[in-house]
Amino acid sequence: MPNDGSAPASPPVSVTLPRALLNLFPGAERRVEVPASTVGEMMDALDARWPGMRDRLCDSRPAIRRHINVFVDGERATLRTPLTPGTEVFVITAITGG
Amino acid sequence: MAKRVLILLGTKKGAFILDGDAERRSFALRGPFCETWPLNHVIADPATGTIYAAGGDAWFGAAVWKSEDLGASWTHSSEGLAYQEGEEPINTVWSLAPGHGGLYAGVQPAGLFRSDDGGGSWRHVAGLRDHPTRPHWQPGGAGLILHSLIPHPDDERQVWVGISSAGVFHTEDGGATWEPRNRGTRADFMPEGQNYPEVGQCVHCLVMAQGMPDRLYQQNHCGMYRSDDGGRGWKSIEAGLPSSFGFPAAAHPRDPETLYLLPLNGDIAGRYVPDARAAVWRTRDGGESWHALREGLPQENVFFGVLRQAMATDPLEPAGIYFGTNSGSLYASADEGESWRCIAQHLPLITSVETLVVEA
Repeated sequence: MPNDGSAPASPPVSVTLPRALLNLFPGAERRVEVPASTVGEMMDALDARWPGMRDRLCDSRPAIRRHINVFVDGERATLRTPLTPGTEVFVITAITGG
Repeated sequence: MAKRVLILLGTKKGAFILDGDAERRSFALRGPFCETWPLNHVIADPATGTIYAAGGDAWFGAAVWKSEDLGASWTHSSEGLAYQEGEEPINTVWSLAPGHGGLYAGVQPAGLFRSDDGGGSWRHVAGLRDHPTRPHWQPGGAGLILHSLIPHPDDERQVWVGISSAGVFHTEDGGATWEPRNRGTRADFMPEGQNYPEVGQCVHCLVMAQGMPDRLYQQNHCGMYRSDDGGRGWKSIEAGLPSSFGFPAAAHPRDPETLYLLPLNGDIAGRYVPDARAAVWRTRDGGESWHALREGLPQENVFFGVLRQAMATDPLEPAGIYFGTNSGSLYASADEGESWRCIAQHLPLITSVETLVVEA
């Protein structure tokens, strides 16, 4: 759920974004802290900060895009994966292209 | 006032722009733009000069890019460019067309979207995908794509679209309901006796004759056709052409009788130019007769093809004609096709060619 201010903000997690994504959002930072208790909430928080970023990382099923990997504690995550305070999240572009 | 012509290229690795003078003698290449995303269609809205680029990236999905300064800077958006949760997501944007005060986009899997804020946000024109024939739409080699988009120039309720392989559809109520318009076009890939279905034809490119909204031309997987009644009925115009197969079609900017095609040798013959000799074929009588235009084009060992959105005209006098190849070369004629020269090469695979004329 997006944080609309009516509920206490989740504790922050640390997110490292892929460099190719930064090129699409002028001003975006490689390493950010956002409040989130799941990967889905993390996507909402990123989108609130840089509108449109969720669409670049997630599709409309909804799910993390096929060639984007989100690692939480070293494991590939889904949008439902829970995040605990201080978790390190890595968003990485997978191998693809041609 | 002096003019300059911009040739807008969509490629497998971003957008490129060739800046040319009004005589179309010298061109300077700029790009790649759009972060080298695979693009299917780069267009300009002639009313505003805004350039739009449609595509989809393997990592970051589908979006429409926009430049309001002739390519110097770009933004992108896909807000609203999505189907309902649970449906197959949009993979890429295939086609763009300004019209009716907005901007239309065709996507894969096939569907139609419209933006009323210059590509900032989109809404689904859902009536097309609600058509009862949709379960019978079959993807072609590039997927189930909506690739041809023609807003009626005067009537905001009318739009034609081309979907591979579903055929041509037309709305006259602003997109709420759609009617297949494929009568007379063949589907050679269907069993004998079922070659003229209501839908399922593999239309490759649909264009409108300038100044004659009821006249449409169509390059199909199975033949070339003309309609004089807005697509209700189609007549074959392939007699005199070297093949019934090809992808692009380009209408003359002023003469509704003049059309340019670039036939390829056949769908299972390699899909390059016939006899490995490049030619653009021109009719000046609505497809009754055809003439090969070869001067300046390579005539030996040519194995390129030209994709469905990769041929265009400019509105200057005489008209310029351009085509881009799947081997990354761009050919230009400044004299309506009489003579040609290569104005760019070693580019990525060219998916689309469009033009924009601006004040110098």
